[in-house]
Amino acid sequence: MSAIYILWLRQLKRHFRSRARMLGSVAQPLLFLLALGFGFGPIYRKAGGGDYIQFLAPGVIAMGVLFTGIFSGIEIIWDKQFGFLKAILVAPVSRLHIMIGRTLGGATVASIQGAVVFLVAMIAGFRPRVGNLLPLAAVFVPLMALLITALGTAVASVLDDIQGFQLIMNFLVMPIFFLSSALFPLEGLPRGIAVAAALDPLTYGVDGLRGALVSSAHFGMLVDLSVLSAVTVVLLAVGGYLFSKIQI
Amino acid sequence: MPFIIEVKDLTKRFGDFVAVNAIAFQVAEGEIFAFLGPNGAGKTTTIKMLTTLLEPSSGEILLNGSDPRQDPHAVRKSFGIVFQDPSLDDELTAWENMEFHGVLYKVPRELRRQRIQELLQFVELWERKDDLVKTFSGGMKRRLEVARGLLHHPRILFLDEPTLGLDPQTRNHVWNYIRKLSADEKVTVFFTTHYMEEADRVASRVAIIDHGSIVAQGTPQELKGQTNTASLEEAFLTLTGHALREEEAGSLDQLRLRRRVWTGRR
Repeated sequence: MSAIYILWLRQLKRHFRSRARMLGSVAQPLLFLLALGFGFGPIYRKAGGGDYIQFLAPGVIAMGVLFTGIFSGIEIIWDKQFGFLKAILVAPVSRLHIMIGRTLGGATVASIQGAVVFLVAMIAGFRPRVGNLLPLAAVFVPLMALLITALGTAVASVLDDIQGFQLIMNFLVMPIFFLSSALFPLEGLPRGIAVAAALDPLTYGVDGLRGALVSSAHFGMLVDLSVLSAVTVVLLAVGGYLFSKIQI
Repeated sequence: MPFIIEVKDLTKRFGDFVAVNAIAFQVAEGEIFAFLGPNGAGKTTTIKMLTTLLEPSSGEILLNGSDPRQDPHAVRKSFGIVFQDPSLDDELTAWENMEFHGVLYKVPRELRRQRIQELLQFVELWERKDDLVKTFSGGMKRRLEVARGLLHHPRILFLDEPTLGLDPQTRNHVWNYIRKLSADEKVTVFFTTHYMEEADRVASRVAIIDHGSIVAQGTPQELKGQTNTASLEEAFLTLTGHALREEEAGSLDQLRLRRRVWTGRR
């Protein structure tokens, strides 16, 4: 237990000590909300969608969770490169505990980021619907955070090089974000995109968050919750396995 | 005398390259054992296999009675290590690095705090304990690594070029501490170094590895006698030749990494 705690604490310290990350964690979602929100707002309204910021905000919250969680997970590559991982891996601590501590730390940081983006969105004009579904946002955000961090951990366990970071950004993070329905509604999509969105686990996070914060969920919140939980369990198992197989 | 490290026929291949070729040696409990060799000879690869970081291709290892492949956890409990290359967290302070290590190794809180202070004072970093490691010079980082390796008094201590980049004062200081630790607590020390006079002075027995094979082993006296030389350095050069070595593992590692990134294989 103490090992899980100290690894969790390390992720938090690393995150909150980096001023660049702190600044980016506010600036990036703000940019998305302002540029996309106000840029596409008029068209969205004309098309009869209503207020785009209301629609966009849950998507940008999910984006904050995605970027922060993935980054926390793939920090393992940095730890490999800078040697710190060796020191952890030779310690008499089960690798499962190491992986759990790291992943919980990353998920905590990503959840906090979700809350930060929520506040930033409020400043940009987002107004969540107040009601008894609102607290469910506090379920969806940490669940998404856990899923994403576990995914980052799993991927980083098999990559050994910082160059792999580019691969992850272009072929994992970006597709997950853009296909997740964070930016567009799931209704009336061309078949290909609809299938891709349905295969993207983040879609269920965004959808669930929309259900909790603004409107009704496309898939239904029970479906969202079930899919997210199932995928998280699978990714934790896969991540735990791959992490246990790391050789340096 | 019981052996605490036993290695038989140990081999490690990376593709076609044989990094370690059927080596065998034993280290007795409480002994200070030097593992010497030119760059790229297979020292670090051997240490990685002994310390559960790398799977051997074939051969047998017994560390404190356990096989790193069968029971890595038991093996990990029995040793501490100072790595050749940096393994600190730059984003944490010196004190936090020590604390982190102490918690991982389950050193009880009181003892942990006491030893951290003792060791940081010993390597003269106590005044800087609350500074981030990334602000440290190379020598300071090295001293911190050594201090961290000594925090949980293990049965076996692996030191991969522990004194690399340290000035002679600090080197002496560190070796005196290690010798005392070995004598007082019967800690077995397994170390590599490029300073032959260091090995001559400190080690009770020496093995010399070259191109992945052990070319000689014995006490420093025996090796000097065997080669008819006056110092361990001359004996070393006689046994391994005067030709300069490429860091073969370095470039190969790079290639392997590239391939792994693209094929996802290891």
